[in-house]
Amino acid sequence: MSAVLKRRLAGLSWSVVRSVLLIGLCFLIVNPVFIKLTTTIMTEKDIFDPTVQWVPRDLSLTRIAKHYAEVIRNMGYFRNTLNSLVFSSIISLCQLFSCTIIGYGLGRYQFRGRGLLFGLVVFTLVVPPQMITIPLFLNFRYFDFFGLLKDGGFDLIGTYWPFLLTALTGTGGKNGLFIFIARQHFRGMPKALEESAYIDGAGQFRTFWQIMLPGAGPILLVIFLFSFVWQWNDIFYTSTFMRGGLYLLPFALRDLPGKYHWSVSTEFRTIVNNTGMFLFILPLLILYVFLQRYFIESIERTGIVG
Amino acid sequence: MRRRMFRLTLSQKRNWAGYLWVSPFIIGFIFFFLAPMLQSFRFSVSELIFTTEGYDLKYVGIQNFRYAVTVDPNFNQYFTETISSILVSIPSVIMFSFFIASVLNQEFRGRTLVRAIFFLPVILTAGVLHQLEVEDLMYLTTRDRANVMLSTASLRDFFMEMSLPRWIISYVIMAAGNLPQLIEYSAIPILIFLAGLQSVPGQLYECAKLEGATGWETFWKITFPLISPLFLTNVIFIIVYSFTSPGNQLVSYISDLTWGRGIFGVSVAMSLMYFAAISLILLVVGFIIERNVFYME
Repeated sequence: MSAVLKRRLAGLSWSVVRSVLLIGLCFLIVNPVFIKLTTTIMTEKDIFDPTVQWVPRDLSLTRIAKHYAEVIRNMGYFRNTLNSLVFSSIISLCQLFSCTIIGYGLGRYQFRGRGLLFGLVVFTLVVPPQMITIPLFLNFRYFDFFGLLKDGGFDLIGTYWPFLLTALTGTGGKNGLFIFIARQHFRGMPKALEESAYIDGAGQFRTFWQIMLPGAGPILLVIFLFSFVWQWNDIFYTSTFMRGGLYLLPFALRDLPGKYHWSVSTEFRTIVNNTGMFLFILPLLILYVFLQRYFIESIERTGIVG
Repeated sequence: MRRRMFRLTLSQKRNWAGYLWVSPFIIGFIFFFLAPMLQSFRFSVSELIFTTEGYDLKYVGIQNFRYAVTVDPNFNQYFTETISSILVSIPSVIMFSFFIASVLNQEFRGRTLVRAIFFLPVILTAGVLHQLEVEDLMYLTTRDRANVMLSTASLRDFFMEMSLPRWIISYVIMAAGNLPQLIEYSAIPILIFLAGLQSVPGQLYECAKLEGATGWETFWKITFPLISPLFLTNVIFIIVYSFTSPGNQLVSYISDLTWGRGIFGVSVAMSLMYFAAISLILLVVGFIIERNVFYME
């Protein structure tokens, strides 16, 4: 009897400890987002005021709406969001396409040099992008099809081309990870599935398209989401290769402080910056709220693990 | 007879088809990865001069490297600071993410919500946000400094009373002071550990239970060995992630040299040294962990 009681007590106390811990950590994660959100609706006076924690003194909707409208105008928010949406969608769809194909080849075919090739995929992940961006920039600035054209070549900086070319060949930012995920998934599919498709007369491409791909839905979603989020947040590649081209949302956020006169107060700058950051992550937050269930479940089910 | 020479066996066919599937990567690797890398080796020993119809390279030997190490005022400091801070943070990130993953693996109410919150940092880590937060930080630290100091002091008292060795105390306090960064770095390792924990076959646990193993024994004898390859994956991930993350001091300094002041040769030389350091650390750490990892096959 006492043993049962003891075990139950232990279980109860663990669940109390666990919930305290998890609630605390969740608070730590959500708090910065929350502070950003509340700072955006404050006035300069509220920031000085130690008695104001989250809710500003003046909660008039018209003032807040006016403030937001001003920041949205200064960021060119709607146009640049659309730019970023189109850009990130196209590039991440290309990455999804190429990484799935490469991962399928690595996961399901036995050919000589497969291990080496897989090692190279991991290698691309390890090399810091800073090391190859400068030569890559020069290659795209004077793009001559690697020596085939003699007269100077094309200037591809500021166009979609650098991104399309690297995305379609699985060498864009973090693409090694996506290939890795796809390969692990396809490797785990039963061989009998493939063989029965061959016996029924399906070719190799048809087997991939009609047998393997439909089962890979969740993993494709994970790759797409990762790729989209990184593309959206990225300023390193875009500021290098999109120089003077399409104006994307990260650029708008970066240039936002410069839109105001230098003499405005630090408090005012903080409010403006926070508003900008919140507007910047808002589309991602919306996307995440809708897709998080598939995202988390699918990672668990198949996942990154071999 | 002649026709047979052109006919491939089934396995040969599949061999070639395999190359076809991965051919995009082979092309991309050669043109957009290997070629730029070789070029950057060349840049590091040259001076880059822009001309009207392109650019020229002038060979200068190891001058760029010498400039980076002896003349540049910030490089040495940033280099050592960045590397040591990352090395120090690896154990805390690994332990934290493994602990959180095993907690999140349990059944409890509201699990989906908690998981969704824990993966939120994956979304919120953007290069631009880091740049803007520098200004912000000053405002937040003045406001919260009092609170942080207070909590660190009480934490120290707590550990002092437990009479732990001094270095453990200072390590824990440092890790606790960096908690937001710790959580940011842990998001993907948690994901990887969680996926691994879910893939441990259930029969093993059942078997252990029948044999009368306690939860503690089950953890160390079954869960831990099966998960151990993922420690390697995660350590490598953390090293790569933190070495190339946008908030990294040295990385932003190098980018600034390239685009702000236009000294290509020196910045490439710096990246090369940085890359050499990462590779060395990866090799050493990977070797040590690999020897202690258990594989089921």
